[in-house]
Amino acid sequence: MSETVTGPTETPAAGTTASGATIRLENLTKSYPGNPAPAVDNVTMDIKAGETVILVGPSGCGKSTTLKMINRLIEPTSGRIRINDEDVTDMDPVKLRRKIGYAIQSSGLFPHMTVAENIALVPKMTGWSKSGVKDRVEEMLDLVGLDPREFHGRYPRQLSGGQQQRVGVARALAADPPVLLMDEPFGAVDPITRDHLQDELIRLQHELHKTIVFVTHDFDEAIKLGDRIAVLRERSHIAQFDTPEAILTNPTDDFVSGFVGAGAALKRLNLTRVRDVGIADFPTVTVEDPLQLIFDKLRDGSHNELLMLDRRNRPYKWLRRGDLMRAKGSLARAGQLVHDTVTRDATLHDALEAVLTDSGGRVAVTGRRGEFIGVVDMQTLMNSVHELLEADRLTAMEHQHDLEHLRGHQTEQELEGGGSGL
Amino acid sequence: MTPSHQAPPKGARPPGEHDVGGHAFRDEEAEPSPPSPGPPRRITWKKLVLVPAVLTVVLVATYLWITHVELDSIARNSLAGDIVEVRWWQHVRLTAISTFWVLIIAIPLGIALTRPGLKKAAPGVTVIANIGQATPAIGLLALLVIWLGIGPSTAIIGMVIYAVLPVLSNTVAGLNSIEPTLVEASRGIGMSAMGTLTKVELPLAVPLILAGVRTALVLNVGTATLATFGGGGGLGDLITSGIQTQRMPVLILGSVLTVVLALLVDWLASLVELWLTPRGLEEA
Repeated sequence: MSETVTGPTETPAAGTTASGATIRLENLTKSYPGNPAPAVDNVTMDIKAGETVILVGPSGCGKSTTLKMINRLIEPTSGRIRINDEDVTDMDPVKLRRKIGYAIQSSGLFPHMTVAENIALVPKMTGWSKSGVKDRVEEMLDLVGLDPREFHGRYPRQLSGGQQQRVGVARALAADPPVLLMDEPFGAVDPITRDHLQDELIRLQHELHKTIVFVTHDFDEAIKLGDRIAVLRERSHIAQFDTPEAILTNPTDDFVSGFVGAGAALKRLNLTRVRDVGIADFPTVTVEDPLQLIFDKLRDGSHNELLMLDRRNRPYKWLRRGDLMRAKGSLARAGQLVHDTVTRDATLHDALEAVLTDSGGRVAVTGRRGEFIGVVDMQTLMNSVHELLEADRLTAMEHQHDLEHLRGHQTEQELEGGGSGL
Repeated sequence: MTPSHQAPPKGARPPGEHDVGGHAFRDEEAEPSPPSPGPPRRITWKKLVLVPAVLTVVLVATYLWITHVELDSIARNSLAGDIVEVRWWQHVRLTAISTFWVLIIAIPLGIALTRPGLKKAAPGVTVIANIGQATPAIGLLALLVIWLGIGPSTAIIGMVIYAVLPVLSNTVAGLNSIEPTLVEASRGIGMSAMGTLTKVELPLAVPLILAGVRTALVLNVGTATLATFGGGGGLGDLITSGIQTQRMPVLILGSVLTVVLALLVDWLASLVELWLTPRGLEEA
């Protein structure tokens, strides 16, 4: 994506895309004077390179404070922060922040600067050449889906909320930082725009592979965006830090399950694709088959129903045994047209929706060019979901077991250590 | 990317409209955005012409009147030679110099009082500045004359003390009214404290600071008439001698010129305000 930003005077950051860096928080604590209970208490967290980690929790739980300690907008009282194994806890915060993208709620754009000036801020500060900055601005606007020619010279107040937020993300990414911190960035936009911005972020992350730490109080947003989710309770204690699947199927305690909310199994459907469940075969005929053959198939086969495909193998009509009789032998009026199909990339949620609205309780699955692959019916869906949930539960239990084992081991060691110390 | 509004919507919804729970929702982003407005004229001809035109008319009328009215020797003495011109320029100089010092003192002080270290001192300093303004200007001047003796610098010191408050309080208010999230965003993307101040905070506070400066300027034109009691000269000389000698034309000339100067200064300041206000902050 950075091919356009080249030139002999360019900084090393340009020319190649810096993908994510690891972040390690070690025993991070923040306490404020005059308040005996720390706002953030002893947080330890490992974030892999290129991973999207969501910090989610009720308001006032310290998730934002934790995020702001990563770029040291809030200085930790104790603990260390390592980015790519480099201890940045005592580094010059201004230099540190120039290497970390930062996007906040309601965009934080400077109203007295144009869109282009806003985006150009960080590259300019880090010493990019003039032409490099100019190209970069265009590129970033393009990246977040705004026409550079149209939006270049506009002021933030001339943009809609969603557009402002896009520019905010563009500004955060302008100097190509390996890490991107996002503090409830989509909190202030309407639900539909938020949905688009989320899709957009998923697409961006697919291209850029940054390490993203994202704060939200919306659990659905967390499930949608996160590779892993850290559910935080008060004082930023990590209640559970795991994949969305694991949290949905096996919340560690009442706090987490309370936060997951009702309908965890339904939410789980969004995380699995049709390709992951059994796609059943279904007897088919094509429109070119002679009528007699279709009759025979219906009469002999164990199935009450056939799927008729069109000339390009696409699902066309559902044919029931009685249909041909009632249509008096004319195929044109027989059967029921196929309304809805799903692809193999559709989520189980979409598939369930299609199955529920179909009178026959099944939906045809199609390939890339719309060709018929198989069907998914209610039974398959239910079985797969049960299997999935069961599998999730097992993995989670194993995980739990491992953790307990590890903890037990640690306590043992500590006890031993304490014993030898005496 | 595929912006939502380009994706063909399912069913019969027009582009950019979404079907949610059977209701139509228009995508905010899909709304046709108004064509980028060309640079609007910031300073209209009305603004440029109206005030100077009125002031010129007043000046011409006063000139015609003063040259045709019967003046006795005392009145003629008070206006002899280039005495009116000298007083006018004295007045302008008094105003300019005192405003200069007000800016030099009040703006940096206002900035300092909004920095984290000195924030606590702000109420105290505002109280002191308030006392400076609450004291009657004439009393303040008398006290300063007792302390520092007679002369233009005494008058200027008095005027500065008197006019610091509006600029100081507006600078503090302007800087404090900036959304904290903007300052945080600026630090968050890696601006230094100095960069945040000069590139974000001050430009955003400019409208309020300038409003304070404008108030201070007009105040200074007024208080400069009192400089005569401290031996500072200015148009106040004409007014007081008019009163002392009971010569109405002299008094009226001094007053009219003061008023014209105050309006002229206010007009110039309003132009500067328009010119310095960042484009993005203007009303749509």
